[in-house]
Amino acid sequence: MAKQATALERAAGAARGIRLRQASDRVYAWGLRFLAAITPVLILAIGVDLWLESAVSRHAFGWGFLTSRAWNPVLGEFGAAPFIFGTLVTTAVAVIIAVPFSLAVAIFLAEQAPRWLRGPVSYWVELLAAVPSVVYGLWGIFALAPWMRRALDPWLRSHLGWLPLFQGASYGVGFLTAGLILALMITPYITGIAREVIGAVPQAYRDGAYALAATRWDAIWDVVLPSAQSGIWGGVMLGVGRALGETIAVTMVIGNRPAISASLFAPGYTLASAIANEFTEAIGPKYVSALLELGLVLFAITVLVNLLARWMVWRTTRHTRGLLA
Amino acid sequence: MNGGMSPAYSPAPIAGGAALRWRQWRSRLMLALTAVATAAVLAPLALILYQVVVRGAAALSPALFLRAPAPVGETGGGLGNAMVGTVELLVIALVVGIPVGVAGGVYAAEHGRERFTTVVRFAADVLNGIPTIVTGLFVYAVVVISMHSFSAIAGGLALAIILIPVMLRASEEVLRALPRGYRQAALALGASQRQVTFSVLLPAAKTGLISGGMLALARVAGETAPLLFTAFGNDYWSSRLDRPIAALTVQIFDYALSPYKIWHQQAWAGSLVLIAGIVAVGALARLWAGRERP
Repeated sequence: MAKQATALERAAGAARGIRLRQASDRVYAWGLRFLAAITPVLILAIGVDLWLESAVSRHAFGWGFLTSRAWNPVLGEFGAAPFIFGTLVTTAVAVIIAVPFSLAVAIFLAEQAPRWLRGPVSYWVELLAAVPSVVYGLWGIFALAPWMRRALDPWLRSHLGWLPLFQGASYGVGFLTAGLILALMITPYITGIAREVIGAVPQAYRDGAYALAATRWDAIWDVVLPSAQSGIWGGVMLGVGRALGETIAVTMVIGNRPAISASLFAPGYTLASAIANEFTEAIGPKYVSALLELGLVLFAITVLVNLLARWMVWRTTRHTRGLLA
Repeated sequence: MNGGMSPAYSPAPIAGGAALRWRQWRSRLMLALTAVATAAVLAPLALILYQVVVRGAAALSPALFLRAPAPVGETGGGLGNAMVGTVELLVIALVVGIPVGVAGGVYAAEHGRERFTTVVRFAADVLNGIPTIVTGLFVYAVVVISMHSFSAIAGGLALAIILIPVMLRASEEVLRALPRGYRQAALALGASQRQVTFSVLLPAAKTGLISGGMLALARVAGETAPLLFTAFGNDYWSSRLDRPIAALTVQIFDYALSPYKIWHQQAWAGSLVLIAGIVAVGALARLWAGRERP
C-alpha cells in the first residue's frame, strides 16, 4: 500500500511540476512581451506627455506659435520661429560640411585604405562619437570660438563677404561655430552608415566597371555610389536627426540670442538649447508650457526625420541583401 | 548618373589616349583626396584630445577626486562628489535599462514570427534618435513633478531610457549571431522557449552582451542634457536617491560657462577624467568581445 501511495504521490508531483513549468513558461512569454513593449510605449508616452504638458501654450498661441518671432517671458509672449530657424540653420551648416567629408572617409575606409590602416582609422572616427557633447562645447568655447573670431570669420568676410551669410560683426559664437562643431559630431554617424552600405555593394559591380575600362574612381563614382545611394541618404538623414537634437555643445557656442539673422556670424538659439538654458529658470505655467511646446516641435521633427532615415536604409539593405542572396 | 552607357565607357584605347590618361590621373587625385579628407576629419579630434590632456593634466590633483566644489572665491575644491554622482547615476541606468533592453533584444531576435517584433525594432531605432533633452523633459514631467524634487532616481531613469534602445539592438544582434543549432538542440531535448533563453542563449551570448552593455554605458556616461532637470546637480556630497545629485558632465557644463578661471581648469580636468573613463570602458568592451573569437 505504502509503495502505491508514493507512486501516486510521485505522479501528482510530476503533474504539479509540469503545471508549474507551463505556468512559468506563460509568465516568461508575457513578461518578455511586456518588457519589449516598453520601448514603443515610451515613444508614445513622450509624445503624449509633451502634447498634454504644452496645452497652455498651444491654446494661447495656436499654430501662430510656430511662426511668431516674439520671445518675451516678461510680457508672456512666446513664439518658436527663432528657435526653429536656428535649429535648421545650424543643422544645414553641419550637413553641408559633414556630408562630403563623411563620404570621403567612408570611401577611404571601404575602398582605398590599406588593410592595416582600416582598424585604427575607423576606431578614431568612432571615437569622434564617443567624445561627450560637453567636451566639444568646452573646446568650442575656449579654443574654436576665439579662433573663429580671430582667423576664420575675418578670412570669410574678406573673401566671401559679398554674400549676406558672411557679413556683420563676429563674436566667435554663433550659427557658424555651432554648425562646425555639429559637423564634427555627426561625421562618425554618417560615415558609419555610408561605409556599411558601400561595403554591401557586390564586388561584381566593381569588377564589371573595371572590365569596361573604368578606373577605380570611375567605378566608385559611377557604379558603387549610385547603388548605395539610398542607404547613404539614410545615413545623412540620421546625421540630420543628430544635429537637430544635439543640445549641450550647441548651447555652449551658439550665443543664446533668440534672433533671426542672415549672417552666419550672428549669435542665435536652437530649440534644444533654449530648453536646456531656460527650463529650470522658467516661471509661470505659460513660460514652462511654451518651452515644453518647443520640446514637442523638436520631438515631432526628429521622429519624422528618423522614420525617413530608417526607411531609406532599410530600402537599400533589403535591395542589396536580395542581390547577394 | 547611373550612366553605364556614357561615352566614358566606350572601350578606351588600350595604348592609352589622352582621355584615358586624364581619367587615370583623376582617379588617383580623387582617391588621394579621400585620404586627405580623412586626415582633415581626424585632425580636430587630435586637437581636442591634445588640449583636454594638456589642460586637464595641469589641473589634476588629489583634491579633484576627493573634494566637493569649494564656494566661489575660495581656492581648492574638486569634483569628487560629481564623480561619485555619475557612477551612481550610471548604476541606476544599468539596473533599469539592461534588463529591459536585453528582454527587448531577446524578443526581437527570438520571436521573429510575431509582427510586433518589427514594431519593437523600429521603435528602438526611433527612440535612439529622440534628442536626449526631450527625454529629460519627459522624465521631468513624469518623475520630478510627482516626487516634488530633482533626484538621482530621475536622472538615472532618464539615462536608462537612452540606454534601452542601444542595449536592445546590441543584444538582438548578439543573439542573432548565435548558431541556429543551439536552439534546435535545446528544443529537441524538450526545453521550453523560456529554458532555451535562460539556459542556452543568454549564457552563450554572455560575452557579447557584456561588451554591448559596456558600449551602451560609455554612450550614456557622456550625456549632459537629460540630467539638467532630472539629476539637476549638487554642490555637496550626496548619494541619496530622492535628492538632487551631482554629475561630472553637468558640473563641467556649469564650470565652463562660469567666469572663474579655476573652474575652467577644473572643467578641463573633469573632461580628461570623463574621456579617460569612457575610453577605458570602450577598450574593456573591445577586449571582452575579442575573447569570443579565439
